[in-house]
Amino acid sequence: MELIFIAIAILGSIGLVSAVVLFVASKKFAVFEDERIGRVAEVLPQANCGGCGYPGCSAFAEACVKASNNGSLGGNRCPVGGQDVMDQVSNILGLATVKSVPQVAVVRCNGTCENRPRLLEFDGIRSCRVQHMTGMGETGCTYGCLGCGDCENACQFDAIHVNPVTGIAEVDEDKCTACGACSKACPRKIIEIRPKGPKGRRMLVLCNNKDKGAVANKYCKASCIGCGKCVKVCEFDAILLNNNLAYIQADKCRLCRKCEEVCPKQAIHSINFPPRKPKTALEAVEA
Amino acid sequence: MNKFVISLSPHVHSGDSVQKNMYSVCLALVPSLLCSLWFFGLGAAIVLLNAVVFCVLAEWFISKFILGRDGSSIADGSAIVTGLLLGFNLPANLPLWIIAIGAIVAIGIGKMTFGGLGQNPFNPALVGRVFLLISFPVQMTTWPIPGQLTAYTDALTAATPLALASEGKINEIPGATDLLLGNMGGSLGEVSAIALLIGFAFLLWKKVITWHIPVSILGTVAVLSCLFWISNPESYLNPLQTLLTGGLMLGAIFMATDYATSPMTHKGQLIYGVSIGFITLLIRYWGAYPEGLSFAILIMNAFTPLINTYCKPKRFGAK
Amino acid sequence: MKTFSKGGVHPAENKLSAASAIREAQLPKQAVFSLYQHIGAPAKPVVQKGDTVKVGTLLAEANGFVSAPVYSSVSGKVNKVDNILDASGLRRQAVIVDVEGDEWEPSIDRTPTLVRMEDRPDLDAKTIVEKITQAGIVGLGGATFPAHVKLMPPPGSKAEFVIINAVECEPYLTADHRLMLEHADEILVGVELIMKAVDVQKGYIGIENNKPDAIAMMTERAKHYQHIEIVPLHVKYPQGGEKQLIEAISGRKVAAPPAIPISVGAVVQNVGTAYAIYQAVMKNKPLVDRVITVTGKHLSNPSNLLARLGTPFRQLIDECGGLPEDTGKIIGGGPMMGKALLSLDVPMTKGSSGLLLMPQSESKRIEPEPCIRCAKCVSACPMGLEPYLLSKLGVQSDWDRAEHEDVLSCIECGSCQFTCPSHRPLLDGIRIAKVAVGGIVRSRQTK
Repeated sequence: MELIFIAIAILGSIGLVSAVVLFVASKKFAVFEDERIGRVAEVLPQANCGGCGYPGCSAFAEACVKASNNGSLGGNRCPVGGQDVMDQVSNILGLATVKSVPQVAVVRCNGTCENRPRLLEFDGIRSCRVQHMTGMGETGCTYGCLGCGDCENACQFDAIHVNPVTGIAEVDEDKCTACGACSKACPRKIIEIRPKGPKGRRMLVLCNNKDKGAVANKYCKASCIGCGKCVKVCEFDAILLNNNLAYIQADKCRLCRKCEEVCPKQAIHSINFPPRKPKTALEAVEA
Repeated sequence: MNKFVISLSPHVHSGDSVQKNMYSVCLALVPSLLCSLWFFGLGAAIVLLNAVVFCVLAEWFISKFILGRDGSSIADGSAIVTGLLLGFNLPANLPLWIIAIGAIVAIGIGKMTFGGLGQNPFNPALVGRVFLLISFPVQMTTWPIPGQLTAYTDALTAATPLALASEGKINEIPGATDLLLGNMGGSLGEVSAIALLIGFAFLLWKKVITWHIPVSILGTVAVLSCLFWISNPESYLNPLQTLLTGGLMLGAIFMATDYATSPMTHKGQLIYGVSIGFITLLIRYWGAYPEGLSFAILIMNAFTPLINTYCKPKRFGAK
Repeated sequence: MKTFSKGGVHPAENKLSAASAIREAQLPKQAVFSLYQHIGAPAKPVVQKGDTVKVGTLLAEANGFVSAPVYSSVSGKVNKVDNILDASGLRRQAVIVDVEGDEWEPSIDRTPTLVRMEDRPDLDAKTIVEKITQAGIVGLGGATFPAHVKLMPPPGSKAEFVIINAVECEPYLTADHRLMLEHADEILVGVELIMKAVDVQKGYIGIENNKPDAIAMMTERAKHYQHIEIVPLHVKYPQGGEKQLIEAISGRKVAAPPAIPISVGAVVQNVGTAYAIYQAVMKNKPLVDRVITVTGKHLSNPSNLLARLGTPFRQLIDECGGLPEDTGKIIGGGPMMGKALLSLDVPMTKGSSGLLLMPQSESKRIEPEPCIRCAKCVSACPMGLEPYLLSKLGVQSDWDRAEHEDVLSCIECGSCQFTCPSHRPLLDGIRIAKVAVGGIVRSRQTK
């Protein structure tokens, strides 16, 4: 009997002391947090991907609330949640909604195993960063996709994969959130985050080779050689030619697809367009 | 024309390999093996052979059918080492089925659950041994008397020196020469200190292990037991007897130095060794078991990640 | 015998060409001068297509303090300035010269007469450093750091002694070894020049004792140079690492970056650099040639060649018996730290200390096994790091922790990977972390 009382007394006093300590601690070390941070964080995807540039969703929420004190979101944007989520965030913070363009990651290389033969054999950790340290890598192109999948490892959304047949990374547009993690992971900086375009349609130069035409041509069948034919044919001044490399500006391109036709190396690709009308036999002969 | 290979430096290798290390350990165990055959004859042969075979089979089976690997990892020799060490930790009259359970627990629970070679936090052979010790205390603590070369489970048994000591029968313990040579009751590999020391020298020469762990364990045990012995020679073994009895030599040289479960830095290894020595004596003097090395090593295995986190090698040029 | 205290390994030496005297390589038909032959800003070309050049004509000038000019090593006509695949594996700017004859700039003294310090009492520290700067001399051990930068200690630091790196701890390479046997006096005068340039009274030449003939030769000649001491060193890789060598010789330890050798009063130069400095100051000859070891187990005639910079490696190999059929890997430099070359048409540069042809059987790495945590890499690391951990952090992209574990102290000597019984590509992983953490640290500093 006595033992029970002793036990109750001891446990009870431990509980009491702990309660006092916890109460004091909760008062003394209380941290003020803007309740809006929690509400913003709730509508975020909680992927903690870092695509917004902050360590995680809660840090992003904090940054949004802080920026809202100055009357705008200050350029903070959650690439994963996209327009929906940012509209909700704006509502919570009492700000006007801002329209933004949906974006997607594109791999600017078409140097498939077929187009760009492997001249050397790489031996080491299967990592683009490591292969890039050897200089050129396995192929003759010092700019193209290395195909070891550093982007694949960086992607939180399972949206980019190295195609084992072509040896080139490919983006799954439905899954891609344009968070930019792959672009940062790529040692050759060939992954670009650019607007998806109307109905997902866009024109792309799938090459990043800045070598002179002759050199680029020698090592890859699909390289841009900087001939400038696309620049001449473009009616909207949308194509820039720098360092022997054509680049299509997304905001100026009107999707006329003329550049694709004139490119002698098929380096320009139209994405998500309906198939062209098949040429009649007569036209084909004339061509 | 062949493609040239490109890779980052270094372009040469020392030629060392996991296999070489594992087979060196096996070689270092050969003197002990011969000794155990000399003292326990048939029983030793059966126990060791079965321990090794069951360990290798368990590893092959698990890696092939449960983990879905190609099962080639048995070639690295680590399962053989585990089997040998497990066998050395068993009495020569242990029935086959108990050995099989020990081997399956050692490899299955001690090693493969964690992902196989290099991933295991605890020494697999010791996990097997301690499992058997707790599950089959009677079979695991009756040791045959040396010299019955053709006996197996029917051998006559006797108490080990440590059991005698924990019962207070200090005077019945064999002399130092017998202890050194191994002419006493005990597990297979525990008995001959000389054979184990030959193995130790071989491992040091082959640079498979460094001196830090064995010497710190044995040193700690020697110093502490010396203090106790001086304080009361009637009830405590003298340092020499302490060092030569039980699995201390085997454990300090072959079990505590297991790569995967011991600390990475020399400083950490010394802390690890001293702690093992201390805990061993703690269990020997005050614990319920006559021998505490297995438990001491397993306890310190658990602390190894902590030691690795806090014992960093001294950086070049650091103050 | 002295050596450094921490870590280190003993690779098989394979010094196949140790007994072969230096011979002059033939002139190339076309020489290619990369503008990226040194660490720092690339040189700026000052010639154009069609210009006539002689040996010693300036092709490209230094572009900043940490940079070095490039001189023509041949006479002929500039063919073009274009991007060319160089030893780094990238296509970068280079000057290409079509060779005609072998005409030298008249200002260069080509006589073999030894010019001693006593013969040139007019030389002061400033003139010496200026000459070295103009001659385009860089660290010839392979690091290619511009030599004059090390000879101008930053304000607040004072050099106390000069250490000459004649260790040549890389397996296979024998260029420095032969240079010491054949040009001991010139080297010693070069050391005196370096000592005068940084105003110190003590010079050490560290030589590993696997080169007893070089130690004997240098000790004998050094008797006439009272401030220079030859220090035989116990053989251990990576003794030629700057920090390791300083510790081996002086016992002083250079702390982690940003500390540099001068922080402990040391100025370290390679023995080949000392020879080039002698030629630059006393003979007025810019850096246009160097000794290179062309070697390999299956090469019929491993040699030490005195070759003009810009010579394609293919030609050097042809001079040593041609490319063995089973060549699997071509390495620029030694096997521990050298770089695998992508093509034989890469031109030789200032940093080319060796050219090593590995047979196919030794070219591929052995398939890695799981880490068994044997800690051999920790014991082997000369910098006191934990390679197994750093490599893991690199592969897992944990840059914060990698920085905390001092990944930037890694000197990439390769001892860890060399010694790993599981054949793990440790240095690959560490390099990933080093590049990433280095970038983070730099961006933090500029902020």
